Amino acid sequence: MSLVKLTASTLAIAAVSATAAAARDNVQVAGSSTVLPYASIVAEAFGENFDFPTPVVESGGSSAGLKRFCEGVGENTIDIANASRAIREKEIEACAAAGVTDIVEVRIGYDGIVFASQIDGPAFDALEPADLFNALSDKVLKDGEIVDNPYTKWSEFNADLPDVEIIAFPPGTKHGTREVFEEKVILIGCEESGAFEAMVAGGMSEDDAERACISLRTDGKAVDIDGDYTETLARIDANPNGVGIFGLAFYENNQDKLKVATMSGIVPSTESIASGEYPVSRPLYFYIKKAHVGVIPGLQEYASFFVADEIAGPDGPLSAYGLVSDPELADTQGLVENLTTMGEGM
Amino acid sequence: MTDAIAQTPDEPRRVDVGSLMAHDERTRRRNRAERRFQLYGLTAIGVGLLALVVLLVSILSQGLPAFQQTFITLDVHLDATKLDKNGTRDIEEIKKVSTFGYAPLIKAAAEAKMEELGINPEEFGVTGKDAQAMISKEAAAQLRRFVIANPDRIGDTVEFEFLANGRIDGYYKGRVTMESAERDSNVSPGQLQLADALKQGGALSKHFNWSFITAADASENRPEAAGIGVAIIGSLYMMIVVLCLALPIGVAASIYLEEFAPTNWFTDLIEVNISNLAAVPSIVFGILGLAIFINYAGLPQSAPIVGGLVLTLMTLPTIIISTRASLKSVPPSIRDAALGVGASKMQSVFHHVLPLAMPGILTGTIIGLAQALGETAPLMLIGMVAFVREFPSAPPEGFFDPASALPVQVYNWTQRADPAFVERASGAIIVLLLFLLCMNMIAIILRRRFERRW
Repeated sequence: MSLVKLTASTLAIAAVSATAAAARDNVQVAGSSTVLPYASIVAEAFGENFDFPTPVVESGGSSAGLKRFCEGVGENTIDIANASRAIREKEIEACAAAGVTDIVEVRIGYDGIVFASQIDGPAFDALEPADLFNALSDKVLKDGEIVDNPYTKWSEFNADLPDVEIIAFPPGTKHGTREVFEEKVILIGCEESGAFEAMVAGGMSEDDAERACISLRTDGKAVDIDGDYTETLARIDANPNGVGIFGLAFYENNQDKLKVATMSGIVPSTESIASGEYPVSRPLYFYIKKAHVGVIPGLQEYASFFVADEIAGPDGPLSAYGLVSDPELADTQGLVENLTTMGEGM
Repeated sequence: MTDAIAQTPDEPRRVDVGSLMAHDERTRRRNRAERRFQLYGLTAIGVGLLALVVLLVSILSQGLPAFQQTFITLDVHLDATKLDKNGTRDIEEIKKVSTFGYAPLIKAAAEAKMEELGINPEEFGVTGKDAQAMISKEAAAQLRRFVIANPDRIGDTVEFEFLANGRIDGYYKGRVTMESAERDSNVSPGQLQLADALKQGGALSKHFNWSFITAADASENRPEAAGIGVAIIGSLYMMIVVLCLALPIGVAASIYLEEFAPTNWFTDLIEVNISNLAAVPSIVFGILGLAIFINYAGLPQSAPIVGGLVLTLMTLPTIIISTRASLKSVPPSIRDAALGVGASKMQSVFHHVLPLAMPGILTGTIIGLAQALGETAPLMLIGMVAFVREFPSAPPEGFFDPASALPVQVYNWTQRADPAFVERASGAIIVLLLFLLCMNMIAIILRRRFERRW
């Protein structure tokens, strides 16, 4: 019976598995879906120009990537974690507990976060952080008092904004973008509009006030998007008055469908973000497991190639795609060259 | 009726049964109910068909353009001073020139082409850099691969067919228009006009694109170069693993359970568990696979072997259930006859029952495989949702190389920012549907041809 043959071949496969699992010749990367496009552009160019195989880049989110990064040292753990935020103290501890002690932190540049609406819809060209706070927060300051958000139209608190219903699509809480949105827009807006002061004056502790500031309204005017930017885009497509939150690179790829909103009068672009004029941006990182350098072929070369001027510099392909290049790139290059681990250089 | 009985016998009984040709009220009501029911059924089928048609039309209309691509033909002078400065033709020296070093050659070739066709890009307000941007970034890589493969051609002028940039390509597919180009900083109306001029000059053409099927995935900078080659191979490898593991294990388990096992609480328990496993959400198998195959057994991530093992677990219940059903449908008289002429229990099963049940078993297996082919969720957890450019090597080593899979590729592409990937995702769906259709067709043919009815 062929059953015997099949069983034999299965055993053969199992036998090979023991030997094949011993050598990995490609770099494995996982982490933030914001960094994924940049990492895949670099991986592609790396594979073309070097004799090493193209690194495998997975997405799945910064936290998931760092968690896998911290699983330990060895062939079946990843070599590099991409992250759209800095590694947390708790994660460094988790890493250390699993034996991952030498981590090289590489900042590759900055990612802008933009507000955009449908191209045929009304223009939001007088947006301030305070407006977004008033539009989206659960509790706002009105006539000197903290009240449940009563606003239904943008023009009710800023006459320069369009007279249309408020509807916004912020990213869901599992996104790294959400954190930046809360910290750099809503919280600032909370302070600028005076709501923060009023809350503290009303007897709240500062931490409680901060938390109250960033809790968004739940009456259906702020719709959390747990999917990716393509889902936000679909919502904007269906909603002429909707305002969505996107990464700069995503907006630049969909300029024919989206109209970008200015923030405090500044149009977001790689230049205005690099100069710091446009306030809403965040650094992007990747983390190298130093113990894998020299074991996994091409790891050091990939990292150096990533931060090389011709890739991550202002005229490189990453910048062309929407990454705001880091003015301190030269320092980063040195850091990768010497594999300065976290804690050493500081 | 009581009236009729009360009537005197000499009067004829007059029960109004009506004519057989004309329906009475009650019959008409019953007939109406039947017609209504048929209508409900037809409506249900109609809704189903409509949904199918809408789905197919939307996928086909979005996905079919992915099989066509716009190409620009250029004569590239492989400048020896740039590619091999020392003139040694040493392959290691040539390899040192990165793809960035090849970009100027393409730019020069594009300028030469336009001059040859008498096109002045300035007329359209297109700078030299913008004109170069109309050619895919893949072109430099294509050129470098050619030079490394044929170092002796350095110094010659060679004709190349380069992919056009995704937005130029989108213009010929209706995705990009003059109006949208006006708003888009990635492409200008001038570039589109220039593309039209090139098309008239014969340097730009659109034709079938094999590389969509054979090439690997590409980064977001060059959607035009992305293909599903790695995904097809990854899916194929996984299906081989599933077939080699799930079929023998599933068939052996079902033969034992159906023909040999005693009926007691233990086999009942197994039976209930198998039926339950068939209904377990597939992501659960992914979690299991991550814990057992990767973390415990130390198998590599993103590898088809792990995907295949996980999908095997998922497919086993389907195969066992269908195999048991087809074994059960073989009439007992066959077994009795075999036993009656002196065959052992095992001979009766392997010589008589199993061959008769084979068409049913294969059909069940193919349907199980088709299910596994379209599965994405468990693969996300074992690292197959990844950007993979390298083709896995031939089996069996290839089972351990990183690979992608067709449904995963679709999922990946729908998340990308560039709208050109939407078209490619739909194209990949078409290929996936074709595979599923073929598998189901084989299942039907097997059933039609070999199934015996009693």
